[in-house]
Amino acid sequence: MITLNVNGKPRNLDVPDDMPLLWILRDVLGMTGTKFGCGAALCGACTIHIDGQPTRSCVLPVSAVAGKRITTIEGIGATSAGKAVQAAWLALDVPQCGYCQSGQIMSASALLASKAKPTDSDIDGAMAGNICRCGTYPRIRAAIKRAAGVAAKEQAGSVSDKGR
Amino acid sequence: MKTVLNDRRSAVSSSRRAFLKFTASAAIGGGLTLGMVLPVRGEIRDSLTTDAPFAPNAFLRIDRSGKVTFVMPVIEMGQGTYTSLPMLIAEELEVDLDNVAIEHSPPDDKIYANPLIGLQLTGGSTAVRGFYEPLRRAGATARVMLVTAAAQRWNVEPSSCYAVKGTVVHKATGRRLAYGSLVDDAAKVPVPEKVALKAPGQFKLIGTPHRRLDTAGKVNGSAKFGIDARLPGMKFAVLAISPVFGGKLASVDEAKAKAVPGVSQVVRLDDAVAVVAVHTWAAKQGLNAAAPKWAAGPNAKLSTADIVAQLVSASEKAGAVARHDGDAAGAIARSARKVEAVYQQPFLAHATMEPMNCTVQLTKESCDIWVGTQIPGITQSVVMKMTGLKREQVRIHNHLLGGGFGRRLEFDGTVRAVRVAQQVEGPVQVTWTREEDIQHDMYRPYYYDRLTAGVDAEGKVTGWSHRITGSSIIERYSPAWIKDGVDPDAVESSANQPYGLSDIHVEWVRQEPPAGIQTSWWRGVGITRGTFVVESFVDELAADAKRDPLAYRLALLDKNPRARRVLQIAAKQSGWDRKLPARQGRGIALCTGFGSFVAMVVQVSVDKSGAVTPTHVWCVVDCGIAVNPDTISAQMESGIIFGLSGVLHGEITIKDGRVEQTNFGDYRVLRINETPRINVHLVKSPEAPGGIGEPGTSCVMPALTNAIFAATGKRIRKLPVGGQTRTA
Repeated sequence: MITLNVNGKPRNLDVPDDMPLLWILRDVLGMTGTKFGCGAALCGACTIHIDGQPTRSCVLPVSAVAGKRITTIEGIGATSAGKAVQAAWLALDVPQCGYCQSGQIMSASALLASKAKPTDSDIDGAMAGNICRCGTYPRIRAAIKRAAGVAAKEQAGSVSDKGR
Repeated sequence: MKTVLNDRRSAVSSSRRAFLKFTASAAIGGGLTLGMVLPVRGEIRDSLTTDAPFAPNAFLRIDRSGKVTFVMPVIEMGQGTYTSLPMLIAEELEVDLDNVAIEHSPPDDKIYANPLIGLQLTGGSTAVRGFYEPLRRAGATARVMLVTAAAQRWNVEPSSCYAVKGTVVHKATGRRLAYGSLVDDAAKVPVPEKVALKAPGQFKLIGTPHRRLDTAGKVNGSAKFGIDARLPGMKFAVLAISPVFGGKLASVDEAKAKAVPGVSQVVRLDDAVAVVAVHTWAAKQGLNAAAPKWAAGPNAKLSTADIVAQLVSASEKAGAVARHDGDAAGAIARSARKVEAVYQQPFLAHATMEPMNCTVQLTKESCDIWVGTQIPGITQSVVMKMTGLKREQVRIHNHLLGGGFGRRLEFDGTVRAVRVAQQVEGPVQVTWTREEDIQHDMYRPYYYDRLTAGVDAEGKVTGWSHRITGSSIIERYSPAWIKDGVDPDAVESSANQPYGLSDIHVEWVRQEPPAGIQTSWWRGVGITRGTFVVESFVDELAADAKRDPLAYRLALLDKNPRARRVLQIAAKQSGWDRKLPARQGRGIALCTGFGSFVAMVVQVSVDKSGAVTPTHVWCVVDCGIAVNPDTISAQMESGIIFGLSGVLHGEITIKDGRVEQTNFGDYRVLRINETPRINVHLVKSPEAPGGIGEPGTSCVMPALTNAIFAATGKRIRKLPVGGQTRTA
């Protein structure tokens, strides 16, 4: 038996020690907002926070997180950085298919929580581990800047310029 | 040139035909329901389900609170359809877009009994193009019926009333009635046969950027994709398919698999094995323990080089003629000199972020399927055949797609999941690992293109000859679309390339890879293949003539004003004439396909080691009337980034009958730090709407390689760019 703290709630579980947290969230707790993408920490779709640190849950054995604070996409809106990031994502219509966006938002929220005014190179560093096949990267960059309150060009008329 | 997934005219004409059928009825619980047939792919319906009777496949429902619900057959896979299509309805219905809700066709609701009749397909950038008129007409029809109902109640002429913001207003008296209070009466009004549609100048919504309607669930984790289906008592399975194409399952250690806690069952299929457990992790551990052994079969020693050798040899034979104007052979023979080139484009995987998965509950009387698919109708038919069940017994619960790009135009994942479910009690979710997803994709075909042009003393092209060799997706997918022995997709953007040439010959040779390797649609379909080849070769001709690549193109486009315009704007925006420092270069390309005109300039920097970095992309789009400009910008950015992944890194290679790539480590895709700055410029146009999901991908690939040529003098004729520019 292991006790996990998921989004502030204690959860008692009978699972193998080496089971990655991703599958506990998705298949045992039914919290499907955290996504399976690669199973090898290559794509970032499964990103969650452990004590506020962005972590790939697909390679994170549950035994390593007992007693730590686990935050998922379902709970990130309760943090100030997460709330700002979600609002910016909505305002700029970042998602396309949407599958990778839980992971993108978790990485972006962790970035903003640790660095209030990230530079482009901070954004590159924090977000390069999160793949998006729909290519929402220009809007992700703009939305992070918007959430941080740093200047990012808004879409103007029919011309978009949401690069760096 | 008639094409299947790409022809604007066929989409529009079939939509007109089908839309004449309209039915109105009172909704259960009150309200107005308008049924219609949306021509998702008229040709597929004709060729595959000739027995299908008329039945609506889409519904517009207005309830007593005035809420409008659109039950649609098209699926959302990121392209913004769930926003642009309701905009078309709301425009003519005169309601706020916020009042229009979208539903997937609910399979268990009596009103929508069998809504999936006919075949549905979302792909080929067809949604807005096919529905532009029908959905506006649906909105207008419902509006006329509501106005008529109000006029009857006031005992006035309908022409003395108008509709605005979900209410009908009597002009003379200012009396108003909300739609909700009119729906029951409107349901009794005969469906008008003809309704007038707004002229583009009267549009309030169309052409205005609008927020997507599907974003909220995608930022808080509540959006449900196929892989998120959770059912009471559901088991989880992980699948392994024979790693060698066409191989069979030889043996499996069932005892070891079952020794893994949580594993309940090992399911053997002819060419695959699935381990079933209480969660995906146990299933995965069980599969490792099962250590399946395979009988490799005839492809045991197959390599990419073998497949290419077959293509090369096939490309030496004459093919089926796709276009023959003038006398290309004679013009080339008489020319001052010949320019020749061979282009090769590799197998490509789709690598959607959501790996393949499907959840099935099979009983003697029914088969319920939870999946995200671009083809719910075809999938239903295939499952009927497999299971012997009737149409109404096979229910597809369609979900959001975690990326489509063509991969979910196939039903192989569902078929395998149903085979597993045939041996499992209760609902089972079958998930492919990323490795399975990449190694058992249905790949974009390997294409081998030979071109020869004759040019005069000034370098002007006098004759053009092009032979395309590759596999035919259409032969497998819908053979009825083959015309005169030519696969219209395989010759797209080549037989109908945009440049004005009087002596041109284009032919196609079909050459399939060995059995076991299947090819399928990939973003941009045939247009992506053709645009890379034609835009590369035109660039070569310009270089041969020592002319500017833009000027050379414009000289061949005097009868194509929309193409000229996008090229000229792209050049202007990119500062085309401005000199760049050494090892930097700009490349230009044009894509005419999907009913749209796109031009791009890509700027690259190539460092001393030969590493290529695209730094800027200027993209100019004329897609006719722009329904949701914000979505168009997003789709162009998306297509560009997808295409850059493909042109720079994308390649599936085969050794010993197996795919060598395994995961995102060796099947590289673009990341945020590698993404160039992208400017999208929309050209205002009164033409019918064109597709926007794919041309970005098609256009950026040659623009990038042309930029590498400008920067380094190295012509990339074989994709991907990979390490070809490396100097060390």
